[in-house]
Amino acid sequence: MTRPATRRATGGENRLGARPGEVIDRSRTIEFRWNGVTHTAHPGDTIASALAAAGVRMFARSYKYHRPRGLLTADIFDPGAILQVGDEPNVRAAHRLVEPGMDVRSQNTWPSLRYDVKAVNQLAGRFLATGFYYKTFIKPERLWPTYEKVLRQFVHAGEVSPDSEQPYFDKRYAHPDVLVAGGGPAGLAAAIAAAKAGASVMLVEQEHQLGGHLRWGDADDLRLRDELVAAAEAAANIEILTDSVVAARYDDNWMAVVQRGLPHVAERLIKARAGTLVVAAGLIERPYVFAGNDLPGVMLSTGVRRLLNLYAVRPGRRAVVFTANPEGDAAAADLRAAGVDVVEVDARHGRTVVRATGRGGVEAVELSDGSRIECDLLVTAIGWTAPTSLLNMSGANPVYRPDAARFVPDPAATPDGVLAVGGIAGDGSRDELVVHATAAGTEAAARALALAASRPAIGGTAAPARDAVAVPQLGLRHHPELFFALPTGGFVDMSEDVSAKDILTAVKEGYDSSELVKRYTTATMGPAQGKLETVNTVALVAHATGKTIAETGATTWRPMYTPITLGALAGRKFEPVRHSPMQPWHEARKATPLIAGQWIRPEHYGDPAAEVRNVRAGVGIIDVTPIGKLDLQGPDVPKLLNLLYVNKWSKLGIGRVRYGVMCAEDGVVLDDGVTGRLAEFHYLMSTTSSGAGTVWEWAENWLQTEHPEWQVHVTPVTTAFASINVAGPRSRELLSRLTDVDLDNAAFGYMNVRTGTIAGVDNCVLWRIGFTGELSYELHVPASYGLHVWETLMSTGADLGIAPFGVEAQRILRLEKGHFIVGQDTDGLTKAYSAGLDRAVKLDKSDFVGKPELAWQAARGEHPKLVGLRPLDTSMVPEEASQIISDGGYIVGRITSSRMSPTLGHPICLGQVDAHLADPGTRLTVRLRNGSDTTVEVTAEHAHFDPEGERQRV
Amino acid sequence: MMLLTCPNCGARNVSEFRYVGESKSRPDPETTTPGEWRRYLYFHRNPAGWIKETWYHGSGCRRYFGIERNTVDNAQRAAADTAGATS
Repeated sequence: MTRPATRRATGGENRLGARPGEVIDRSRTIEFRWNGVTHTAHPGDTIASALAAAGVRMFARSYKYHRPRGLLTADIFDPGAILQVGDEPNVRAAHRLVEPGMDVRSQNTWPSLRYDVKAVNQLAGRFLATGFYYKTFIKPERLWPTYEKVLRQFVHAGEVSPDSEQPYFDKRYAHPDVLVAGGGPAGLAAAIAAAKAGASVMLVEQEHQLGGHLRWGDADDLRLRDELVAAAEAAANIEILTDSVVAARYDDNWMAVVQRGLPHVAERLIKARAGTLVVAAGLIERPYVFAGNDLPGVMLSTGVRRLLNLYAVRPGRRAVVFTANPEGDAAAADLRAAGVDVVEVDARHGRTVVRATGRGGVEAVELSDGSRIECDLLVTAIGWTAPTSLLNMSGANPVYRPDAARFVPDPAATPDGVLAVGGIAGDGSRDELVVHATAAGTEAAARALALAASRPAIGGTAAPARDAVAVPQLGLRHHPELFFALPTGGFVDMSEDVSAKDILTAVKEGYDSSELVKRYTTATMGPAQGKLETVNTVALVAHATGKTIAETGATTWRPMYTPITLGALAGRKFEPVRHSPMQPWHEARKATPLIAGQWIRPEHYGDPAAEVRNVRAGVGIIDVTPIGKLDLQGPDVPKLLNLLYVNKWSKLGIGRVRYGVMCAEDGVVLDDGVTGRLAEFHYLMSTTSSGAGTVWEWAENWLQTEHPEWQVHVTPVTTAFASINVAGPRSRELLSRLTDVDLDNAAFGYMNVRTGTIAGVDNCVLWRIGFTGELSYELHVPASYGLHVWETLMSTGADLGIAPFGVEAQRILRLEKGHFIVGQDTDGLTKAYSAGLDRAVKLDKSDFVGKPELAWQAARGEHPKLVGLRPLDTSMVPEEASQIISDGGYIVGRITSSRMSPTLGHPICLGQVDAHLADPGTRLTVRLRNGSDTTVEVTAEHAHFDPEGERQRV
Repeated sequence: MMLLTCPNCGARNVSEFRYVGESKSRPDPETTTPGEWRRYLYFHRNPAGWIKETWYHGSGCRRYFGIERNTVDNAQRAAADTAGATS
């Protein structure tokens, strides 16, 4: 018992003398705190073993009824030892090693572990009926948040502080030929054999040491363990991961391996693609279900042997060992050797335990013959569960064998790439299991290497013929069927506080299959994920329904094998961002950043309206690097352009630029941009910033699948160039100071492209286009010179009043000019004619993507139309996405873009409206967000400013 | 995660690929009818069994290719004459 009155536990009262297999380092002592009291431990101790050595018996309060709980399995699945360590909740204390200074607390107990107020739930147990979540908290729905708050007070879940430091979670990929899940004797033997056969092997062991049950066995066991571990460690092609778990197996042997214990890394998720998976998960000891089976002091034989032989901890002073197998007998012998008084109750001779009694821990055991034995430790060894999770995840459901009293894997249903070895596969002597695993490991290597050889490409060379390794069959040892005492009592699932009676009640209420009982009672759904509970649950369901266990069947084992943290799954944060070479300049000027997909770019530099006026009156420059750019080369480029764009490209001369719109096969606008012809067989295409990747894949799709005979090579060059738009009436004057290109309007007119030198940088592309509606030049300069050209433009243009402008000013400028933006003024239903592209679409072309749909759209003529809109109330801007409504209140359109125009001094909009409302001068009602209405008028042109486009042609 | 076999690169994680869809022949845009064209756009056979599909190895060699896949067990085999996709 802890001693709350003192600040320091005396400790060590249950620590035994040196044991041959112990894993603790007695030469050193470390200190940690348990519920505020300082305790000592040796390196190698788990939190639970150190506390047990100090005499702590009660570790936690149970989930629903707040019953006292102690150690059961003394391993990672122990439902009684889930504790808070610092700000980390739900630490498996029988697995986690003690570290100096650890602050360990029991979870969710108040005011203390010993005097837990909520244990009153035990008295109120009848109110927490089977399926009580479903029965109690259904109606009224509005009270759900209240129910949640109340329930939160009563459940174990530990505490997470929002101020907790975010630990680092790592990720790694691995490609072993053979992955072995489990580092016991069979896993070790299989790994060694597979490595010997030439395979690369990853050997994953959940615990801190290799060796499995050999670790707590006799001298021969320890000798074999040492031999196998030495051989595995000596093999160059075996990577050994301890304190790690194969959490899941997915298609084609894709495994999630969670690795713990790395320095400065909370957990690492390894995504491993293996040729062959060898499942060597061993056997997990199954608890016995009887009244009082959750009292502290009731333990499994393997848990007792772990404490005794790994940690040199005496788990009690007077023990009853209820045994049905040699492992239980060995536990009794180990206890005796440690000086514990032992009474054996041998199930093989018909005696069973029916009840354990005591307050806060076992004080006495009642047997089936009516006798009563006083003790402080009850050890059960009544059978085994094969943790077949990884086999289930491979599609192989286990089958029940009553003679062995356990489910075993079905080899016929197991895929070729998965093999089972060790206790999970069958029973045998130590040597038989090693021989079997060695053969299976050799076969696993052969299968993996054959698979690798067959995989260079589809239809690749067949694997060379080989002789399969003869893997001997393992038999099954007879074991009595022992699951629960009668009359039924006690707990089936100690993580979830599901009692045997709950299972019987659930069946009585009609939940007569194990899957239904599982969901209704939550049995097997707790932290141990069924490892301890599934088979007992099935046995009770079978008992209640009068069916056999085989007929009842087990519930499905799903990922994860052992619960893992969300952090491990979320992994490393990896969110790449892209920015132009001019980003340092923008940041230095405190530009307001705009996040556009992966790109970060300046939204404005303080006053977008002033930026607009400066472009209209003088000259401004904008960083348009994110614009997609595709370099197209080859004699058949015009054919590709004619196919992808709705307009015609055959006659585009060298040095000319044309605007184009692409549609998908359903006629919906996909992307737009300009394409210029740089040379006979050389074009540069621009796309929208967000469409750069899509258009590239789109072009490749048509070239590869429909027209592989066309000679076109597509290269994405978006980030090879830094792009700068120089816009405004004085842009020519500015640029003429910096380039060798003849900028005279007669030599380099609107919608032309030239290549030349800018600010001393060769191989720049200049195209004269006008998104802003002003005289403007879009410069594409080799990316590494982007900042140089930008800074040179700024300094050279100082006397011309040059100023940078951002995306917001550009949006206003283009809206003043009535240019639509794909995805803003169009959506997933907007076909080309609805975007006002009537003149661009050339239905007389023999083919282009989406042509049939556009031909039908044009013929019907009923489509909504994109129109310019001018609000009559000049003082306010109708919000984008506001609905346009008819007199009857029906939606007949919407505002797609709206801004106050700094140039015109009144609000301007683009919108899509039904066809019959698209005539210039039509007045429409816009419903605003606040419910009021305002009136807008359809304008003659999309462009509100300079509709003839004279300013950009000068 | 299943593996998919790219004709250029061999077996790779399926996350490297984009699923384009069931391989189909594009109707002649000059003569097609709305019914035929919209079957091409929107209809999928979705059989339980073998199906010809087009995939794009976007995170690899960027090849579009046809492959036959059994939707029941994800078994794959080369598509000899996958319409609408070179292989």
